[in-house]
Amino acid sequence: MAAITLKNINKQYGDGYRAVKDVNLDIADGEFVILVGPSGCGKSTLLRMIVGLEDITSGELLIGGERVNEKAPRDRNLSMVFQNYALYPHLTVYENIAFPLRLAKAPDSEVDERVRHAAELLELTEHLDRKPANLSGGQRQRVAMGRAIVREAQAFLFDEPLSNLDAKLRGQMRTEISRLQKRLGITTVYVTHDQVEAMTLGDRVAVLRKGVLQQVASPRELYERPVNLFVAGFIGSPPMNFIPATVERDELHTPFGQWRLPEGKRPDLSGHEIVLLGARPEAFEDAAVVSETIRDHGVEFEAHVDVIEWLGNEQYAYVPYEAPDDISAQLADLERELDSEAMRTQLVVSLDATSRIPEGSTAQLWLDLRKVHVFDPASGTNLTVAQSSGNGAAKAPAGDASAAAVDESADGSAQG
Amino acid sequence: MMDERDLPTREKVLWWIAGVVVIVYALFPVVWIVALSFKTPSDLGSKRFWPTSWVWENYDNILAGDAQELFLSALRNSIGISLIATFISVVLATFAAYAIARLDFPGKRVILTTALAVAIFPVISIVTPLFNLWRNIGLYDTWPGLIIPYLSLTLPISIWTLSAFFRQIPWELEQAAQVDGATTWQAFRKVIVPLAAPGVFTTAIISFFIAWNDFVYGISLTSTERARPVPAALAFFTGASQFEDPAGSIAAAAVIVTIPVVVLVLLFQRRIVSGLTQGAVKG
Amino acid sequence: MTTTRVPDSAAEQEAVAAALSDRARAERRLGWWLAGPAFVVMLLVTAYPIVQAFYDSLFQFRLTDPDAREFNWLGNYWVVLTDSVWWQAVGVTVLITAITVAVEAVLGFALALVMHRALRTLRPVLRTAILVPYAIITVVSAFAWFYAFDISTGFVNSWFDWLPGIGADTNWFGEFSTSVTVIIASEIWKTTPFISLLLLAGLAQVPEDLQEAAKVDGATWWQRMYKVTIPNMKAAIMVALLFRTLDAFRIFDNVFIMTQGSNNTEVVSFLAYRQTISRLEIGLGSAVSVLLFLCVVLISFTFIKLFKVDLASARGER
Repeated sequence: MAAITLKNINKQYGDGYRAVKDVNLDIADGEFVILVGPSGCGKSTLLRMIVGLEDITSGELLIGGERVNEKAPRDRNLSMVFQNYALYPHLTVYENIAFPLRLAKAPDSEVDERVRHAAELLELTEHLDRKPANLSGGQRQRVAMGRAIVREAQAFLFDEPLSNLDAKLRGQMRTEISRLQKRLGITTVYVTHDQVEAMTLGDRVAVLRKGVLQQVASPRELYERPVNLFVAGFIGSPPMNFIPATVERDELHTPFGQWRLPEGKRPDLSGHEIVLLGARPEAFEDAAVVSETIRDHGVEFEAHVDVIEWLGNEQYAYVPYEAPDDISAQLADLERELDSEAMRTQLVVSLDATSRIPEGSTAQLWLDLRKVHVFDPASGTNLTVAQSSGNGAAKAPAGDASAAAVDESADGSAQG
Repeated sequence: MMDERDLPTREKVLWWIAGVVVIVYALFPVVWIVALSFKTPSDLGSKRFWPTSWVWENYDNILAGDAQELFLSALRNSIGISLIATFISVVLATFAAYAIARLDFPGKRVILTTALAVAIFPVISIVTPLFNLWRNIGLYDTWPGLIIPYLSLTLPISIWTLSAFFRQIPWELEQAAQVDGATTWQAFRKVIVPLAAPGVFTTAIISFFIAWNDFVYGISLTSTERARPVPAALAFFTGASQFEDPAGSIAAAAVIVTIPVVVLVLLFQRRIVSGLTQGAVKG
Repeated sequence: MTTTRVPDSAAEQEAVAAALSDRARAERRLGWWLAGPAFVVMLLVTAYPIVQAFYDSLFQFRLTDPDAREFNWLGNYWVVLTDSVWWQAVGVTVLITAITVAVEAVLGFALALVMHRALRTLRPVLRTAILVPYAIITVVSAFAWFYAFDISTGFVNSWFDWLPGIGADTNWFGEFSTSVTVIIASEIWKTTPFISLLLLAGLAQVPEDLQEAAKVDGATWWQRMYKVTIPNMKAAIMVALLFRTLDAFRIFDNVFIMTQGSNNTEVVSFLAYRQTISRLEIGLGSAVSVLLFLCVVLISFTFIKLFKVDLASARGER
């Protein structure tokens, strides 16, 4: 087991394409870190550089304090679970799990003991004599994990290991991986594009966009204090609502009325004409069911609700609205980058299950202004977070991550 | 696909009849040549399908009798030449197919297109110039004189089927093995070789019986028992005496050279079918 | 932060580019080292002979009289192309090719359908049986068919003497039409399995839900065949037909064994063989070989351009 340190890691392909740009990341011994981002953000490339399947163009990679840039994969003593499991079709489950030990020329008795131990841990004992082709998706996944844990590796690397499973199995295996990692206490780097996996599994989550690290933080921190529009939009489902507003002194003019942010949650907006307000679905409520104790923290407004989805424990209301063209275009760009497609500008609002707002009616909604983030539409920076951490430097747990976040905003404005 | 249990009996019977018709179609001429090989010389003109009495006389004639020299030497030539031609083309094709399936280099398409062009090349157009050349440089009526042109038959199909097979090998397993602690050589030997072996083996079988089947080169580029292979030798068979019909001996020889190939094909039919079709149809 | 290293030093970038192109170059070199020998051998055994054949065809040259070797431009081609023997051979070859390919296409498709749709218990048996003709040596198949029809050894005459025109003394190899019939029958028997296997692979690629969708849309069996199945396996059909046409055009073994070209059954390959090997007319034989080669090129070209056969799919590429 060992810590993994990435220092100014870059990856440039032969055609000049830069897949990973100047990534700095400290992964502590025993920590579970998630690399997350939309497809093509460089997360898999980064993982493959750690394991040694891709060359590092520049920068330094340390495992257990030792530079490993030039080491072959087999000398890094890491184990990896591939997206399609990469099981050897000609070997039995037993021999698949035993494969790394056989290569290390471990004595048969030790191989047997460790394979059986791993099989027991993963409930594979009865399948040991079968070939991978005869296994179900979940069983193959467990064999791949068995092969990873049988060896005392310095760290586990997972490359989207659950993406080939169906939803139910994915949930079960997620819990299983989490349990296993806690039990073995081994450093783990896990790549995924699925934000549920990202939020539930990791001690810390690193969000990547176009090869640039955006923010590294605990899942809660990412959710509550995203440093920019990209992170805010990527984390959370349904995603955060972005409402355009024009700034007039300390009033914000939105399509739903004029709002004043509460003292202490009001960033310095001088110099900004237009901002984007970010509010998660659960910051809204049916005005009729809001308790009196918190009602004063928010505003009420009228809105036309065209569709309601009732889910039992809660319900989602959809509120279409008109936004200025340039803002809708920017929001559509953001959506596209997040692998989704915006059909129209609309609010997604989470309502209490007891709310009785009918579909297709005009309703009185309430928004908790304490939970509203203000974004600069040009750079994407979260002005609320920047304000509260003082002096415009975003606060993030790892020192390097804040650098990355600021770098990105500088980078973005330079490009834009 | 519709569940078979739901099929009405009438339809089931029709399928069985269709199946039997196909089997009779496929086996009839083979059964006939077997029947012919067990006829006595006097029985040959009986105009009946089955022999009046089953005798081993024809087999005696070619294995131990007068035609022995002609047949056994031809058999030796056929086996030797086909095996060597197969070996060479499979080795060359394995390297080529590995490069095509695994490496990125310009000219892949050129090689595959060339293989296709060679595969449809009219054999007789190769024979004419070789006939003259082989006579001049002393390769006429020798083993190498047949092995070299046989490569034009076996090499294209080997390259084709092997590249199709190799394309299906999950090459990322090589990387998985390296992460598991294997050296490049170990990853190749322990993971890739076992996966590639069935494809190579199938290719070898297909290429062997293409060489085994050749007639044009055999009859044009040989003149004596030194190198003449079985199909060509069959055309030169004579009966026990000048006036006797060689049909019985030819049939017996045909059965002997057919049986091993048929057995081989039947044993590995699944693989051969996929090998033959993979290269030709999008897989 | 000042660590924005986006503009790496120029030297560093160049080094990176150089290293990468080095690797690409090494891979390229390795690719040719591995594939080169096979490529060279293929060229040596085909391109060289055809060039040599073309060169030889420009000379009047008999092996029995080597001193009289004389350059006569395209004289041999003139001799061949003005001789009715050549046109007779081309006619017979085209006739045999056309009939075998047409019959095999229908028969092969029927066989493929039977194998594709047959009851599960029957399917492996059928697949095995169908491979038997494919595995038989062509010469052996030729002999089997020859002896079956031969007037002295055959059973066909006595089995089918109730049919008009067939009697105990019918000599199948005595005249053109009957000889060609047996040659074609033998050729069809031997090579239909190949075409049906290719078509079966094509059939297997037509998605089952297309069939079901057509069924729901109210298509009959024939309509499904014509409007769904066949259009969707067009690539497989065309590739199979191209291969079989070229193969049938080279027919040699059956003719050699059964008739030796008598009764006007001489085909182009046999003509080339007879000129070169039997009569030792190297010049004339080479001219015939070159013409045969040109015919094959013409057929391939026609198929590819006219019917748009997708050779990329034939090579198993995506």
